[in-house]
Amino acid sequence: MAVTSPPMDLRGHEEENYLNWAYGVKSWLLTTDHKRIALLYLVSVTFFFFLGSLAAFLLRIDLMTPQGDLMTSDHYNRSFTIHGVIMVFLFLIPAIPGIFGNFLVPLMIGAKDLAFPRINLGSWYVYIISGMFIIAVVIWGGVDTGWTFYTPYSTTYANSAVVLTVLGVFLVGFSSIMTALNFIVTIHKMRAPGLTWFRLPLFIWAMYATSIIIMLGTPVLSATLILAGLERIFGIGIFNPDLGGDPVLFQHLFWFYSHPAVYIMVLPAMGVASELITCFSRKRIFDYKFIAMSSMAIALIGFLVWGHHMFVSGQSVYAGIVFSLLTFAVAIPSAIKVFNWTATLYKGTIIFRTPMFYVLGFIGLFTIGGLTGLFLGALATDVHVHDTYFVVAHFHYVMVGATVMAYLGALHFWWPKMTGRMYNEGLGILSAVIIFIGFNLTFLPQFILGYLGMPRRYHVYPPEFQALHVASTLGSTVLGIGYVLPLCYLIWSLRFGKEAGPNPWGAVGLEWTTTSPPPHENFEKTPVVTTEAYNYHPFEEEV
Amino acid sequence: MSDFPLFPEQASTVAWQVDLIYFTLVALSIFFSVAVAAAIVFFALRYRQGADVDRSHPLIEHTKLELTWSIIPFIMAMGVFGWAAMVFVDIKTPPADATEIYIIGKQWMWQAQHPSGKREINQLHIPINTPVKLIMTSQDVIHDFYIPVFRVKQDVVPGRYTTLWFQATKTGEFHLFCAEYCGTEHSAMVGTVVVMEQSEFKNWLGGGSSDEPLAVAGERLFTENGCITCHSGEPGAIGPPISNVSIFGTEVEFADGSTGTVDEAYLRESILDPQAKVVAGYAPVMPSYDGQLSEQSLLQLIEFLKTK
Repeated sequence: MAVTSPPMDLRGHEEENYLNWAYGVKSWLLTTDHKRIALLYLVSVTFFFFLGSLAAFLLRIDLMTPQGDLMTSDHYNRSFTIHGVIMVFLFLIPAIPGIFGNFLVPLMIGAKDLAFPRINLGSWYVYIISGMFIIAVVIWGGVDTGWTFYTPYSTTYANSAVVLTVLGVFLVGFSSIMTALNFIVTIHKMRAPGLTWFRLPLFIWAMYATSIIIMLGTPVLSATLILAGLERIFGIGIFNPDLGGDPVLFQHLFWFYSHPAVYIMVLPAMGVASELITCFSRKRIFDYKFIAMSSMAIALIGFLVWGHHMFVSGQSVYAGIVFSLLTFAVAIPSAIKVFNWTATLYKGTIIFRTPMFYVLGFIGLFTIGGLTGLFLGALATDVHVHDTYFVVAHFHYVMVGATVMAYLGALHFWWPKMTGRMYNEGLGILSAVIIFIGFNLTFLPQFILGYLGMPRRYHVYPPEFQALHVASTLGSTVLGIGYVLPLCYLIWSLRFGKEAGPNPWGAVGLEWTTTSPPPHENFEKTPVVTTEAYNYHPFEEEV
Repeated sequence: MSDFPLFPEQASTVAWQVDLIYFTLVALSIFFSVAVAAAIVFFALRYRQGADVDRSHPLIEHTKLELTWSIIPFIMAMGVFGWAAMVFVDIKTPPADATEIYIIGKQWMWQAQHPSGKREINQLHIPINTPVKLIMTSQDVIHDFYIPVFRVKQDVVPGRYTTLWFQATKTGEFHLFCAEYCGTEHSAMVGTVVVMEQSEFKNWLGGGSSDEPLAVAGERLFTENGCITCHSGEPGAIGPPISNVSIFGTEVEFADGSTGTVDEAYLRESILDPQAKVVAGYAPVMPSYDGQLSEQSLLQLIEFLKTK
């Protein structure tokens, strides 16, 4: 530990915890404490979330008029590209694993830290360096390939900072790999005595499944980006047909990672949902094993469906049919989870607190996101809606509606544990409601736009689509207010919030058996687990 | 903001079939969303904290229930999959007698070339109630030819031919979009599909200025580029006969013993990369014409060889 300050009581009577254990910038930037690294991720991921949102808001304002008055086409293309790159690679993929995975994996399994604390700190530094690359891209004038980097446009024709962006994305992959490796080893080797695999919280199962996808998929993306870089810098023909390459090969390689990446974004959210639903229903989850195994099924089948992004790319009809079949198959484990969460409420004791509002919103938006995925997995309808606003609406429902809703639910649920403070409950519920309404106002109109034939990534569009675009932009304003609100009252709570105590929600789970905020070593002594997860007693009245 | 459409016009033979699947999925989606939402609201209110209700015997596991809500959605999913796949096969299989039109996409315009020699930019005139097959390629990046009212789209890929077919059922002017992001003016790579009565279309095709028919231009290129010296069709010629006999659509055997059909893709490959598949009995001596013929010249040569 490179920390010099003694564990002194600088704030008077406050108990020693991981926050006051050491002071000074160095004690944060060189920390190997998984809890502090989680907070480093929280700050940086929040920064990139608002930067990505700003780009999205510029797009929405520009789309108020068919001719796009705010920006030139070049600026518009750069804005949607940077929005996608930041949100996918610097927010959605690292958010829940980087913040809550780091904070909770050791706490939930009764360990002192992750298996490789220095690698963990390294992952944050790699993330920050990659983030600096992306910021440099913005200062450099931006990149206009879309976050998908399709060839030969990206390798030969684009006049923008492609190489710098590709390098940034290449690097951030290593950050995820380092985190995933840490989680897999930690979950295998460092569980507390008595904590068998089927006693693990479902959040841990979700982190485990996510880590497997990251370990298997990310190297393929890295290799693909290197190949694209080689073609762009040295003119080595891999994807450009003028140089003897195959442009569709790039799509196969890109989606082999990027479709499973969708599950990297949504599986952690599902894990969060299982924790929150059980706590605020005071009940064990309905059919634990089915939920745990459906995460693993999604992780594995998720690797076999990438071709559904390419039904109209010129891929063979037979390949299309097989990919469509597998896509319908992977929908079933997700449906099972939704039914199981719903069944968990049955005969529970439902407590309406902020995290519960967020997680119920998550289930609603995830259901719509999942069902509209069927329109895209079905071959004949995909031909029509592929690359239209229908796709845009669908993946925002899954990745923004569902994942961000669960992310904020997690933030509100574990905030007292992480900071020791409670936020204003009324404002918390209000923000959940505003976000749910704002989200639907923004993205429901886009389904209609998509079926009407409005292509995505269009700066200028035919005037008959304007009414729906205006509706969507107005909705995004409501959504924006919903996102800023928690930023304000959570920061406020750090100073003025009332003390949370070790277990403000009356939740079970090892992380709630220690103080809030937890001490540097997490637990006074290693806990011993004797019960199943979610051992809630239905008749107890708490909170 | 003059009008406020919620649903696109149907103007092709497949449009209603696609829409029927769409509405079925909309109905299923509404049914499942409402069912889940209703169950959540009902349970959440009924079992709210403090409510005096029977909470004995809570459900923790119920394999039959679990299997029910796994298997029934699975069967429904397979039904939709199969149905959509069948319609997809129709969308992908052009009738043999379809009228052919060549399309070249380039940043940022669409060029359509009718075999008669008529050429148009960002417009495509077609006859009603006639199957039309587009043979498409791109001169630079990937584009996508998308006609929403026909419910069809297809990527247009450099270095290969992709095809798209449809049969229009309504006259009028409809949007044509590029649906694959292709750079700065992607959203300006749009045009109009003009569906005309068949007689009107004939007049349009014959009227106005027109380039020479594609096959005629192709024949001229065939001589100018020296193709005819080896492919003369005389006994003992260096290359296989192609200009005096009809080879298009026939099966040929290659030097390595495999066989293949002579189609647009094979002819294109044989011009640009002649050594890739050499016809059995001939020496691999033809030089490559890669970089020497434009996409348009390639299409003219192919049209010439097709019409023999």
